[in-house]
Amino acid sequence: MADPVPGGNGPSGPRFLPAGDGALVVEFGTTVDEAVNDRVMALDGAVAKAAIPGVIETVPTYRSLQVVYDPLTIRAKDLVARLTALVSGTGAARAVRREWTIPVCYSRELGEDLDWLAETKGVTADELIRLHTGSVYRVYMIGFMPGFAYLGGLPKELHTPRRQDPRTRVPAGSIAIGGEQTAMFSIAAPSGWHMIGRTPARGFDQRRDKPFLIDTGDLICFRAISPDEFARLDALAERGEAVAEFTEAA
Amino acid sequence: MAALSIVDPGPFSTLQDLGRYGYQRFGVSVSGAMDECALRIANMLVGNDGGEAAVEFTLIGGTYEVQAESCRFAVAGGDFPVSIDGRPVAGYASHTARRGSRIAIGRAQEGVRGYLSVAGGFDVPEVLGSRSTHLRSGLGGLDGAALAAGGSLPLRLEEAPEGADMWLPHDLWPAADGIVRVVLGPQEDLFTPAGKETFLSRPYKISPTSDRMGYRFEGPVVEHAADYNIVSDGIAKGSIQIVGSGQPIILLADRQTTGGYAKIATVISTDLPVLAQSRPGHSLRFRAVSLEEAEDLRRTMMDGLEHLRASLRRAGSAADENEHLLRTNLIDGVVGGIF
Repeated sequence: MADPVPGGNGPSGPRFLPAGDGALVVEFGTTVDEAVNDRVMALDGAVAKAAIPGVIETVPTYRSLQVVYDPLTIRAKDLVARLTALVSGTGAARAVRREWTIPVCYSRELGEDLDWLAETKGVTADELIRLHTGSVYRVYMIGFMPGFAYLGGLPKELHTPRRQDPRTRVPAGSIAIGGEQTAMFSIAAPSGWHMIGRTPARGFDQRRDKPFLIDTGDLICFRAISPDEFARLDALAERGEAVAEFTEAA
Repeated sequence: MAALSIVDPGPFSTLQDLGRYGYQRFGVSVSGAMDECALRIANMLVGNDGGEAAVEFTLIGGTYEVQAESCRFAVAGGDFPVSIDGRPVAGYASHTARRGSRIAIGRAQEGVRGYLSVAGGFDVPEVLGSRSTHLRSGLGGLDGAALAAGGSLPLRLEEAPEGADMWLPHDLWPAADGIVRVVLGPQEDLFTPAGKETFLSRPYKISPTSDRMGYRFEGPVVEHAADYNIVSDGIAKGSIQIVGSGQPIILLADRQTTGGYAKIATVISTDLPVLAQSRPGHSLRFRAVSLEEAEDLRRTMMDGLEHLRASLRRAGSAADENEHLLRTNLIDGVVGGIF
């Protein structure tokens, strides 16, 4: 038995699962599924608006929302009651989300696996770039390291197993492919993902009010730019200016 | 500028406070003190807020030289011998050291981690709302790194503030008994009844490959009901993953924010200090409590810390102080009672 928190689990509602005395998991499903992720993000938005005393932060993932709380201020059973009300209030409504256009320079200088990957897939580098820029990606989750966004929506033709030998350092800004996903590296990190290009946009910049550019639930499109354009935008970004744009859509 | 210069930082020391909250959704690890209680007591002894950043050291505390008019400091956590210029002084007590004095913190007699707090705190910037060091992402503390010999810990105060040094009577030092209480879930249903029975009834030995990120255990296999992989979800402090081999890993301060192994249970916050002070090679047992009980225990712990604050003695004010000093420096093995 999953020992759910008493009183929380209706027949069609999410499951409320304890994660110790400081976190509660609201589970909407167990698979990668857009509709499930929509419900996670709708509750995430509602919790942020509700500003429930004792809620410290929320961690949205593919299929659940972890609510971190202070048990000295609110007990789990009261938190479940508040969250249950918020779940029924959000219904099927989708949170407003941001759609980003991220400039990327796809080149062998800035993405050392570009040629290898194109060759492996039996396409030219230009065709690979067309495939990668032709899709709208969804941020299902950010994890593993600061600002590492797991993006769903990579065309099947580009699915590629990770390297057997992870690199010790993939530079910040790298755009990479690993398995069925693509990602943008906000900070430099060791990784087995294949690098195909780099964005001048800073995924993490402590000088900004919001240090992280991308949030869970955002949509992302990539736009190919030349090395000259990369150099120009990189200089702007270094000075703290925004080089990636977004629009808001329901 | 006032500072403690780092003569020898011991094997592994970092600055930690109560952790970096609010950025887990962006993949930022919470980090923070492994033994929250000891951090709070170390701060209490020097008159700081409980969450002020302190040096968390591991097994050996190291040596620091006072580069300020004077500095009030305290050491709490495991049972560590402390001296000022070679003169032994008590643990779980604050002391005032003059310019040029050397504070030396030796090898733990009991426990693993200790905390060196200073009155007024260390003058390092907050990064994303916290001074805790997270090495893997290079955030917080002293430029995101562990303390290194030749380095320097900036102090906010040029001299020790007015007021007396304080000490905590020995019988009030935190103790632990080798039992770690857990709340089952969030993926309890991915284990067989036999698997859960095994987990809750058999001893598990702490593996040498344990650190601030997580403790690995060796013991009887915990049986999964099906696949041990799940679609990634959040990882709480104290989450107990059962990996493919059926062995538990408890994720602690420096844990990643999300992960894809099924989690059978979560260590209650009150018992995380037990883990922080338990050494590789020791065995622990897990016992399930209800969520309400875990929440009550958290309240009891925080009330207990307030009680400790009221129980602090002023240095030089009690006849039993000498006896206290003798006990803490001469008698090994009575402290903590971890095993």
